[in-house]
Amino acid sequence: MRFVSFFVDGKSLAVPEVLKPPDVSAVPVSFHKLQVLDTPDFSEVSPFSAELQASLSGKLLLFEELPYSIDVIHEHYLNGCLAYEKGIEEAGGSFVCKRCGNDKPRLFSSFSCFRCKEKECVYCRKCLVMGRVSQCTPLVRWCGAELEWKLDEVALTWTGELSAAQRKASDGLVSRVGGKGELLIWAVCGAGKTEVLFYGLERALKTGQRVCLATPRTDVVLELLPRLRKVFPGITLAGLYGGSEEKLDGAQLVVSTTHQLFRYRDAFDLVVVDEVDAFPYSYDSSLEHAVHQAKKKDALIVYLSATPGRKMKKRAVAGGLPHVKIPLRFHGFPLPVPRFVWCGNWKKRLKKGRLPGNVMNWVEHQLEVKRQGFLFVPSVVALHQIVALLQAVFPGIEGVHAEDPERKEKVMKFRKGEISILVTTTILERGVTVPFTDVAVFGAEEDIFTESALVQIAGRAGRSKDDPAGEVVFFHYGKTSAMVDAKRHIEGMNREAGL
Amino acid sequence: MNYCLYCDEGFYETVSWSFVLGIAGEMHFCEGCSSSLERIEGEICEICGRSFSLFPEQYRQENRCNDCIHWEEDVNWRGVLVKNRSLYVYNDFLKELISRLKYRGDAELVMGFRQEFRKIYQHEFKGFVVVPVPLSQERHYERGFNQTQLLAELLGVEVEHALERVLHEKKQSKKSRQERLEMKETIFELANNSKLVYGKSVVLVDDVYTTGATLRQASRVLKEGGALQVSSMTLGR
Repeated sequence: MRFVSFFVDGKSLAVPEVLKPPDVSAVPVSFHKLQVLDTPDFSEVSPFSAELQASLSGKLLLFEELPYSIDVIHEHYLNGCLAYEKGIEEAGGSFVCKRCGNDKPRLFSSFSCFRCKEKECVYCRKCLVMGRVSQCTPLVRWCGAELEWKLDEVALTWTGELSAAQRKASDGLVSRVGGKGELLIWAVCGAGKTEVLFYGLERALKTGQRVCLATPRTDVVLELLPRLRKVFPGITLAGLYGGSEEKLDGAQLVVSTTHQLFRYRDAFDLVVVDEVDAFPYSYDSSLEHAVHQAKKKDALIVYLSATPGRKMKKRAVAGGLPHVKIPLRFHGFPLPVPRFVWCGNWKKRLKKGRLPGNVMNWVEHQLEVKRQGFLFVPSVVALHQIVALLQAVFPGIEGVHAEDPERKEKVMKFRKGEISILVTTTILERGVTVPFTDVAVFGAEEDIFTESALVQIAGRAGRSKDDPAGEVVFFHYGKTSAMVDAKRHIEGMNREAGL
Repeated sequence: MNYCLYCDEGFYETVSWSFVLGIAGEMHFCEGCSSSLERIEGEICEICGRSFSLFPEQYRQENRCNDCIHWEEDVNWRGVLVKNRSLYVYNDFLKELISRLKYRGDAELVMGFRQEFRKIYQHEFKGFVVVPVPLSQERHYERGFNQTQLLAELLGVEVEHALERVLHEKKQSKKSRQERLEMKETIFELANNSKLVYGKSVVLVDDVYTTGATLRQASRVLKEGGALQVSSMTLGR
């Protein structure tokens, strides 16, 4: 869109073309062509909309994302409550998207723009799903009075008990809340990470901090919301994920997928990043960027992981990253150690329409002893073949993958025990907890089964205190170092726990 | 290494003889995305350009589909649109792609269709005056661009904005009962420079041909403005 700018009291004001005062002769130009862009001084006495304040505090939004007319927005700008920022910054012929941090030339393009009348209005192709940021669209930020929360209503109503190892990590976190920097909580699968956060969250919320719990998965947001709502009944809580209803209230505790954090700026005093090693957080550096933009400068970032990546592990071991380890599951039993079983050239067999005999035996045995099992496979193609072969012999076996329209239903059925063996791609490597379940990996030598993937997969077994000794088998056609490292990782954690 | 215009996956162009000779097409989409685009080939309806291969026999009579036969039976619409030609089947993938182009505003996507869209123009409509189906002012401002204009500009010839879209609300009251019965909704009217179509063959450009109603409305207005004959070309059918 186009703005006119003119000086008032030594400040260069930007006024949307449609609101141009009749006596101003300045020519409207595209937003990015404004030479100077000032924000009027914040005036304590001017009234402001509390709803707009709640919608915009700690965020960076497009005009389209704010359900307010341009008049209301402009009025708040004149009162110094909100500021405009360039969406696309240009330096030396290359562009940077100020929302998502994209700076790859191939992910910028331009079009002849009807709004600003420029022949080439450059836009970011990377974060389009959140609404297009182009050169002529300002990003809007709140710079008026800060949001305040009703602190006397913050209370942790959780009555459970932490194990000794959980307690140690919890204390480590509590003592750091209020400070800045980083903390890694390195906890085995099944350590009870969420409970470890409770006291730290309580401390932060009670002192008026704004807190974000970021996770790579929508499933996890949906799982955490009711749990947090139950233990912190007094606070304002928002859950954000792709397709969630746009919540424009200023919640003190935000549970969000990492993607949604792009809309936040200088917002949080405490950010907890769950499963920091998991795709897509570790995969996509722009998401790391999102976390850093969303937090305040002096915020504390807490990373949670059972399998931190190599870089993070190195920093932790070298002492550059403060960390606490929980090597023990909450129920106190050791992690099941995987067993390696050679299953021959399974690709060749699949082509001939057969499965390795020992895999068939594993399935048959599970059914005999009536224990449920996950069978992890390396690809969707292999999944379809294996499921078809198994179903021909054992009805009641199902397969699931990321694009499966019945994904949710099948996982639910498995949880209820209505599916005996669930064949799955790596999508279920994390987060899914079903007691009395054994785990097998088919083709464990494939590249997709990295050390951390295998540790996570093994972590699906023995989750319940009533069945702590689940079984884990890696069927392979040649041992890989990832497999060996995964086994060593698990044994190391057990040793560290004194088991 | 190229990057797919749609999914941003990196890929290499397949080396073929035409590639070596330098006459291969531009590669904008990776193999996966390319294969999701279903090119309309083989037998098609001679009017609307839909592919007969995806179409049950009973909905077709000789070289026309039943929909087009209905249009041509109606005295109000007979011959209004000579023919339509489209590049791809409007499948779920193309639907997604077009919605990203229009609603998300990813203008760059049209570049992936330049070569093939030009070919259709050269083969079927060479020398025709190119007119994009317009958006209303409001919609145009909202999107920042008109996707049909971007598609029209791919053709490498002068684009004439001979039509304007009028707001339904405004015109609703002006319509007579007779007009409404005849489905003579005024969606379009002639723009100032409409003289450019007088006595000419015109090809309308749109993103999708769905029922054909919009294109026929536009076409009728052009014919009232003196166009000799009007056809259309679209990305999806």
